[in-house]
Amino acid sequence: MVSKLLSRVREYTKYAIATPLFMLLEVAMEMVIPLLMASIIDKGINAGDMNHILIVGAEMLVAAGIGLFAGIMGGKCGAYASAGLAKNLRQSMFERIQTYSFANIDKFSSNSLITRLTTDVTNVQNAFQMLLRMGTRAPASLIVAVIMTITISPKLSTIYLTAVAILTVILVIVMPMTHKRFKMLFERYDAMNERVQENVSAVRVVKAYVREDHEIDKFSEANQNIYRLSVRAERLIVIMMPTMMAAVYTCIMLLSWNGAKMIVDSTLTTGELTSLLSYCMNILMSLMMLSVVFVMIMMSTASAQRIVEVLDEEPSIANGEHPIMEVADGSIDFNHVNFKYNASSEDNVLSDIDLHIKSGETVGILGGTGSAKTSLVNLISRLYDVTDGNIEVGGVDVRNYDVETLRDQVSVVLQKNVLFSGTILENLRWGDPNATEEECKRACEMACADEFIDKMPDGYNTYIEQGGTNVSGGQRQRLCIARALLKKPKVLILDDSTSAVDTATDAKIRKAFREVIPGTTKLIIAQRVSSVQDADRIIVMDDGKINGIGTHEELLANNEIYRDVYESQTGAGTGDFDEKEVDA
Amino acid sequence: MPRPNRRASKEEMKASVGSLGRLFKILFTTYPIQLIAVVVLIIISVFANVQGTLFIQHLVDDYIVPMVKNHSRDFGPLAAAMLKVVRFYVIGIVATYTYNLIMVYVGQGMLRKMRGAMFEHMEKLPIRYFDTHAHGDIMSTYTNDIDTLRQMVGQSIPQIINSAMTIIMVFISMITLSIPLTIVTLLMVGVMLVVTANLAKLSGKYFMQQQKDIAAVNGNIEEMMNGQKVVKVFNHEEQAIEKFTELNEQLFDSASKANSYANIMMPANAQIGNVSYVIVAVVGGALALSGATGLTLGKLVSFLTFNKSFNMPINQVSQQFNFIIMAMAGASRIFALLDEEPEVDDGYVMLVNAKEENGQLTETKEHTGLWAWKHYHAAEGTTTYQKLTGKITFDDVDFSYNPDKQILHNITLFGNPGEKIAFVGATGAGKTTIMNLINRFYDIEDGKIRYDDINVNKIKKADLRRSLGIVLQDTHLFTGTVAENIRYGKLDATDEEVISAAKLANADGFIRKLPQGYDTKLTGDGANLSQGQRQLLAIARAAIADPPALILDEATSSIDTRTEKIVQDGMDKLMHGRTTFVIAHRLSTIRNSDCIMVMENGRIIERGNHDELIAEGGKYYQLYTGKIVNA
Repeated sequence: MVSKLLSRVREYTKYAIATPLFMLLEVAMEMVIPLLMASIIDKGINAGDMNHILIVGAEMLVAAGIGLFAGIMGGKCGAYASAGLAKNLRQSMFERIQTYSFANIDKFSSNSLITRLTTDVTNVQNAFQMLLRMGTRAPASLIVAVIMTITISPKLSTIYLTAVAILTVILVIVMPMTHKRFKMLFERYDAMNERVQENVSAVRVVKAYVREDHEIDKFSEANQNIYRLSVRAERLIVIMMPTMMAAVYTCIMLLSWNGAKMIVDSTLTTGELTSLLSYCMNILMSLMMLSVVFVMIMMSTASAQRIVEVLDEEPSIANGEHPIMEVADGSIDFNHVNFKYNASSEDNVLSDIDLHIKSGETVGILGGTGSAKTSLVNLISRLYDVTDGNIEVGGVDVRNYDVETLRDQVSVVLQKNVLFSGTILENLRWGDPNATEEECKRACEMACADEFIDKMPDGYNTYIEQGGTNVSGGQRQRLCIARALLKKPKVLILDDSTSAVDTATDAKIRKAFREVIPGTTKLIIAQRVSSVQDADRIIVMDDGKINGIGTHEELLANNEIYRDVYESQTGAGTGDFDEKEVDA
Repeated sequence: MPRPNRRASKEEMKASVGSLGRLFKILFTTYPIQLIAVVVLIIISVFANVQGTLFIQHLVDDYIVPMVKNHSRDFGPLAAAMLKVVRFYVIGIVATYTYNLIMVYVGQGMLRKMRGAMFEHMEKLPIRYFDTHAHGDIMSTYTNDIDTLRQMVGQSIPQIINSAMTIIMVFISMITLSIPLTIVTLLMVGVMLVVTANLAKLSGKYFMQQQKDIAAVNGNIEEMMNGQKVVKVFNHEEQAIEKFTELNEQLFDSASKANSYANIMMPANAQIGNVSYVIVAVVGGALALSGATGLTLGKLVSFLTFNKSFNMPINQVSQQFNFIIMAMAGASRIFALLDEEPEVDDGYVMLVNAKEENGQLTETKEHTGLWAWKHYHAAEGTTTYQKLTGKITFDDVDFSYNPDKQILHNITLFGNPGEKIAFVGATGAGKTTIMNLINRFYDIEDGKIRYDDINVNKIKKADLRRSLGIVLQDTHLFTGTVAENIRYGKLDATDEEVISAAKLANADGFIRKLPQGYDTKLTGDGANLSQGQRQLLAIARAAIADPPALILDEATSSIDTRTEKIVQDGMDKLMHGRTTFVIAHRLSTIRNSDCIMVMENGRIIERGNHDELIAEGGKYYQLYTGKIVNA
């Protein structure tokens, strides 16, 4: 996992290597400077030697200069290495996600991907910077201090060892507890965020039911939970500081007492004792720093794990060996297709679909909620792969096409469709980046989007907000249809894409399809009978199976479901408007 | 795309500083005693620490050297001194632990308070706020911005107090030793401050920019992840990567610069501290050797130690700068939310349960099914009751969301008690807008809306909304069980009531098939249900509330027509005796309405019942026969 992450440092590797080196140089200077300081005091000031003060002072300035340079470079390189890693991780994940199939996306969910790309990357970035800088600095000064201590007095250095041992034990006990408590805390955070999210998106429901106080109560509970768990976790962390202090002070006391004895016995000099005391500080400061690095890394491992999961995910749909780059025509054949979303689930979502659609045909698909209409059409452009059987477009198995070619020729207007921030023209050009303004306008005319676009102050240059919040549901649907039309596909699939469009406009759009793109195979999923009844054939779906295929008249005569739906919409007995349209 | 200016402006900086001031005010008024205690404890801890340092300084000279000189092995004085200093150590440790512990409670308490205040305020904001602000931005205030406060309150504040105390104590000690050397030290501190200020300014600028770039990257990520399936369908992966790469590079640019300057601060100050040490040693050495100022060598050595301990806290404070800058940016966004104007409510007419005694309406606590409007007339000091009937009238109403684009023109309509009023018309004709006005999600500009002949402005918003059940096209469910979601309409509903509401909406069947039936947990806005099932739950939720009037905005649009037919029976039962406003595009839903309003471009162009409108052969006839004017 670590190597996987580290490999993403890439072009910033030189910074990542330079950082610890500069840090080592800085630590070295930090070690030299106290020696020079001691020399100033002992041989300069105490001996009254002004010359010595000036010479060593100059040396100290040079050392400070080097230290400054090393510190600046270390800081800079650390910043570049960690920001670079973050950039590359985000980039790699983003690019990886672009290769994901629908199944991959479903597995993670959009929200989870967002967290992984944002919060998790930031956590890893901070931990990496910490590791590069403090992670070299602390052990380096620790090692130097320990070596110095041992050279001065092996006997007294055992005092540190006991202190270190005690600290380690405490760390080992406290750390896993901290980790556990923080993990619990983070889970609660998710719950609280969900609460807020719900209230923001469902604000109309909250206000309509006058449930503001109820929501505030629920939020207070979540808020209080966070408070309780945070306090619980942080209470452990604040134990660390006094523990370290206790260890330092204990060492100082033991050193003073034993050191004094040894001096009196002439086995230690006073200068050596002073050095030992200052190294004591160094050692324990380093330990403290290490523990901070340790906590940081522990907290970021969960994030690192989540990032690696995204990078490791194999796209479930990829091109075959020799992908076919051209789609002959818009014919579609389902050959005994079975499909389920999850290999481990028992029931098929679609079972034994055998269906043959000619190029240029208009096919309506009707069926109740959950009858797998969407699943059926999603297989055509290989948004998902079939479980059994095969699907051919233009006489070739869809799995043998280049995916991009296939999707360019099979254009789907998804049920849950989105527009992106940008002008209307920019959004339309998703269908064809090279489309002229004229072509865009023509597509909009077909989709009946021109009427409202023309009324907008900036027309085709109107800026669409993120998520398309500044256009109504029906307008959004029509823009999405126009966008799909610009692809000039051989197969056009509308998945309940006119549900928010009124019947008259819906009819107008279908009429345009008939007249302007007669050669394109059109699959129309709808709930309104009026949206499909003029199709060449209508498929009635029920519970993942084809219940009936035929024209409007045929189905009306011999398909019970179709007749039911039809009657429920026209209201048998009184209304006869849709009949009239059939006549017309 | 009109991207906001990446560089932080002066005004933004200023506003941020102001926000920090407000934050501190809240902090100090909420936790005055705790903060005073923290300051006292920090002073104690710093004092104890200084005593410890002094002991080490005196250890050799005062205790060990005399013993060596006198060849004495009397460890008594040393033991006594050590015992004394151990006491200081213990006090220091206890004080440090206690103030850190208090700060945990203060810090987390502060966060809880700010989150609570934000949420409470947010609940009071008008719908307009939610319609005009990106939901991602609102969310990030609760997460990222609050996070910046945690760092500052929990760490920066105690660190700064601690350092300030240390600086003061050391400063006093230095002055008593040598004034000229103190001046030299202060001069170097001046240099340090100038360097720090400049670095902080640079770093702050880039940190602000980094926050903006993070927002841009996160915004792009959010948009693209939510639209990832569309990206796939349009083979738009490369363009998506291209745009992301650009934003990602920008973020790298500001992040690496911001962190560079922040990282430089510590080594720079540390080395300036070393330079300060050398200068003091040289100047002090010269002074001591000349013997002019009475500075002894011993004093100089002590002074040098103080010089070192003077520079350290300054360096520590400088390290907190970034946290403070980030907290400033966070606080200014938090206060921007808290400063949003809440929804105004000048209404005073209230909705109460009523019962009729001897032809007189009286208020009652029990649920009678009879509702009354309670007017308090301030002028006469009297209270009158008026029966709720559900008559709703619009009188020449104009409305616009933005001043530059009028949405509704001269809307006049009347809904008599128990009637079903339907609105039909092309998308964007203003149907939903009318619904938004009835329950005052938005306020009208001109004209009057009356409810039982009372101007809706005079009715308390909460009571007005309680009297209107509403089912929207975009169904929103809450995390919780199915039963809890239905109960949202009436919090004290019994299980029987929940089930009968579900039955009325024809939701009972599918609910029983769920893994845990009514106790099945719904997560992520009911993501585990189909759109149609969610609408059924929303209908059940409205049914249980049993409101006197109903608003149904495309309430059954995602339910397939066969199911709708069954739901329709329930809906008809639900609508019986209630004034109902319906928006629908399905003929079956609206045909039996008492009155149908045909809307176009914000105007009512036709009105009448189904038969009348069909006979008229106008727009309604066109809409529902699918016959196009020029066909």
